[in-house]
Amino acid sequence: MEFLLYFGDVFTPFNFMLLLIGTIGGLILGATPGLSPTMAVALLIPFTFKLEPAQGLILLGAAYTSTVAGGAVSAILLKIPGAPANIATTLDGHTMAQKGEGARALQLSFLASAVGGVFGVLLLIFLTPVLAQWALAFGPSHLFWLAILGVTVIGSLDGSSVVKGLLSGCIGLWLATIGFDDIMGAQRFIFHPSVSGGINVIPALIGLFAIPQVITMFAKGRARLDAEVLSVERHPISKAFGEVFSRTRALSIGTITGSVIGLIPGVGGQIAGLVAYDQSKKMSPERAKFGTGHPEGVIAAESANNAMVGPSLVPLLTLSIPGSPTAAVLLGGLLIHGIFPGSDLFDNHPQVAWTFINSMLVGQILMCIFGLYVAGLAARVAQVPNAVMAAVVLSLAVFGSYSVQNSMGDVYIMAALGTGMYFLERFGFSAAPLVLGLILGPIAEANFIQGSMIANATSSVGQYFFTGLLNLTLIAIVVASIVYSVWMELRHRRYVTKEDAVAKEEALS
Amino acid sequence: MKKLIAAAAVALTAMTGTAFADGHDAYPERPVMMMVSYGAGGATDFQARIVTMTAGNEDALGMPIAIINKPGAGGRVGWNWFASQADADGYTLGAYNVPHFIAQSIEGGVSYSTESFEPIANWGADPAVFVVGADSEFNSMEDVVNYAKANPGKLTFSGAGLFVGHHIAALQLEKAAGVKLAYIPNNKGGAGAMKAVIAGEVLGGVNNLSDAFRAREAGNVKILGVFDLERNDFMPDVPTLKEQGFEIDNASVNFRGVMVPKGTPQPIIDKLAATVPEMFKNGRVAGKMKAGGSPMHIMTRDEVIAMWKAREETLKELLAGL
Repeated sequence: MEFLLYFGDVFTPFNFMLLLIGTIGGLILGATPGLSPTMAVALLIPFTFKLEPAQGLILLGAAYTSTVAGGAVSAILLKIPGAPANIATTLDGHTMAQKGEGARALQLSFLASAVGGVFGVLLLIFLTPVLAQWALAFGPSHLFWLAILGVTVIGSLDGSSVVKGLLSGCIGLWLATIGFDDIMGAQRFIFHPSVSGGINVIPALIGLFAIPQVITMFAKGRARLDAEVLSVERHPISKAFGEVFSRTRALSIGTITGSVIGLIPGVGGQIAGLVAYDQSKKMSPERAKFGTGHPEGVIAAESANNAMVGPSLVPLLTLSIPGSPTAAVLLGGLLIHGIFPGSDLFDNHPQVAWTFINSMLVGQILMCIFGLYVAGLAARVAQVPNAVMAAVVLSLAVFGSYSVQNSMGDVYIMAALGTGMYFLERFGFSAAPLVLGLILGPIAEANFIQGSMIANATSSVGQYFFTGLLNLTLIAIVVASIVYSVWMELRHRRYVTKEDAVAKEEALS
Repeated sequence: MKKLIAAAAVALTAMTGTAFADGHDAYPERPVMMMVSYGAGGATDFQARIVTMTAGNEDALGMPIAIINKPGAGGRVGWNWFASQADADGYTLGAYNVPHFIAQSIEGGVSYSTESFEPIANWGADPAVFVVGADSEFNSMEDVVNYAKANPGKLTFSGAGLFVGHHIAALQLEKAAGVKLAYIPNNKGGAGAMKAVIAGEVLGGVNNLSDAFRAREAGNVKILGVFDLERNDFMPDVPTLKEQGFEIDNASVNFRGVMVPKGTPQPIIDKLAATVPEMFKNGRVAGKMKAGGSPMHIMTRDEVIAMWKAREETLKELLAGL
């Protein structure tokens, strides 16, 4: 209960102003494609040099919290996930926006984010020692199996066809091998200087999701003016409240999956949203509705990615190991004031530690209030004429991919992958499995190599990867996931021809 | 009229002539950028931002330095860019990590070597240390080596990757102790390697002194030895490897500093070489670096040139057997 003692510090006028600036600024930065939470926090670090440590961390904590939620805005309205965490949000969120339900989707996503987020921060406050053990429990063999579990999700993520989902996942896995390999430094498929560092996930995300849309919008031109007049339904906030809390299954699956997977260092943040989406789809009686603008999809994905914010900081705050790139940036923000995370932080600077954690808690609520306030307004983006929209999305896509590391190479990668994806989409492939392949490939590979190096030195590969409770549990989940997909596939054979895909595309856009 | 034109032409040539002769006096006339080949939040990025924060002062460059991150492939992406595409006009500086970039150039497959860059000054030296978990049975390097002798090839220990300072330290230890060890490179850098030690995935690890110092403060690890010539001020109680009977010098120490691409005008190099070390000596810089647990080690251009040369020879010899 120590955190209650320091609650007052958050509400002193200056601190609260910083909290507001962090929250609003974070929402705007998060909604800008390409500015991932990591970048947003890194951009703010120089401003904290002149502040007191606690104040600096209030700004950073609030910004981290709200950029994660802000990523949902561009995911829903523009179909550009701001960060890997928001991929799953596009699947149902953007479809809802296209149906004129953008306001509802945004309200649901902010409410779900706040519920997940508050739960995650409470976990951080009360269960830190337990969570720290859990974060350390995952060695190379377990991370390898976790990545494989992610791969089994690939097939069922694509609504139309398991085979095409797996195929596009394989393309992603192949793309992930480009560049210097992480461990040995071998060069693979480097055919152009732009790809010498491998394919960065953020430009790839932007290209794969945004560019096919831009091309479709341009291709339609002015031929169908009637289709552009979309009515945006108003949606009262009270109804959104009712809806979020009546869909308890999606909300609880999202929150729990997000916080449990989110805190595994290095892997969690990127796949928590997708795994939560997949789980709530598999457990829902209305699973056919997922992918067609089902509110549960948005709720599960967004509660998961904000639930991970609190737990993802556990390894940093307790063990002084940054578990994610954002945590690494926050570590810099602490060190600059001479504060070492770990016991030093909680014993000698409790006002800094608890004020920081409290600011994330209050930040979640503030983020939700502001989000709900602007949701109705932001949803009107759907009414912008196609020709204008296409130009805006294209410039955001170029800006977003360039700003990741100030490199034109990333813009070329974004454009090339996006153009390729346009044609793949015409044949019924979708972008989400491809991106998942791109993210999971390096995780599975690096952990397999590390694991087998350790195994070869100590015991044998078989013993290292196939014994131990955690390994066996993960393997069992993998097998169950595969069996379930195969069984569902046999029961409801799904066929998609090129004509179906084109028809579906046109019906939606 | 002709005379006038001729006079104008002469005047113009004269003007450009003076411009060429004196142009560098005014350097820098606009903000300068510095490329860091590791991501935001990493140790190199963190330190680069601190040591350049006073660049705008009148007694330093008088212009701010902006940090640009070009991460990827253990720094290769950034240094490739710096060697082949960066403008050699004095407005593009780069951060170097020795022995990383020298080891990578010896390994091959990159478009740079020590010949591609002109060092300006060194700001920090982060020695490698040997860490084990807080509950490990090892209490000295002798225990570690004895275990390795009893179980050849079975002593697993982590490090930040191949061809970086930690790997060099590992190779030196194998050579000096005459044992076979199992070095496990981590794809998540020093932080990932430290996690492997704390979680007990490996029996020990080589890591940065600054990170190990923090981990020890947090009560997670024991530090058994420093891979340097002398004990470090941050941990005077930890003996060097040499004191424990292993012939290991400072070849693995991670030196960080500023360089420019080859071809940068000599007057600019001279001006930078004179100002930058003074800039590093600023009291505010030293205070922030100390607070962050980052050991400083300021060296001038001439000292860095000698250091690069010495490293290159040692590394060529060490890596020859790989």
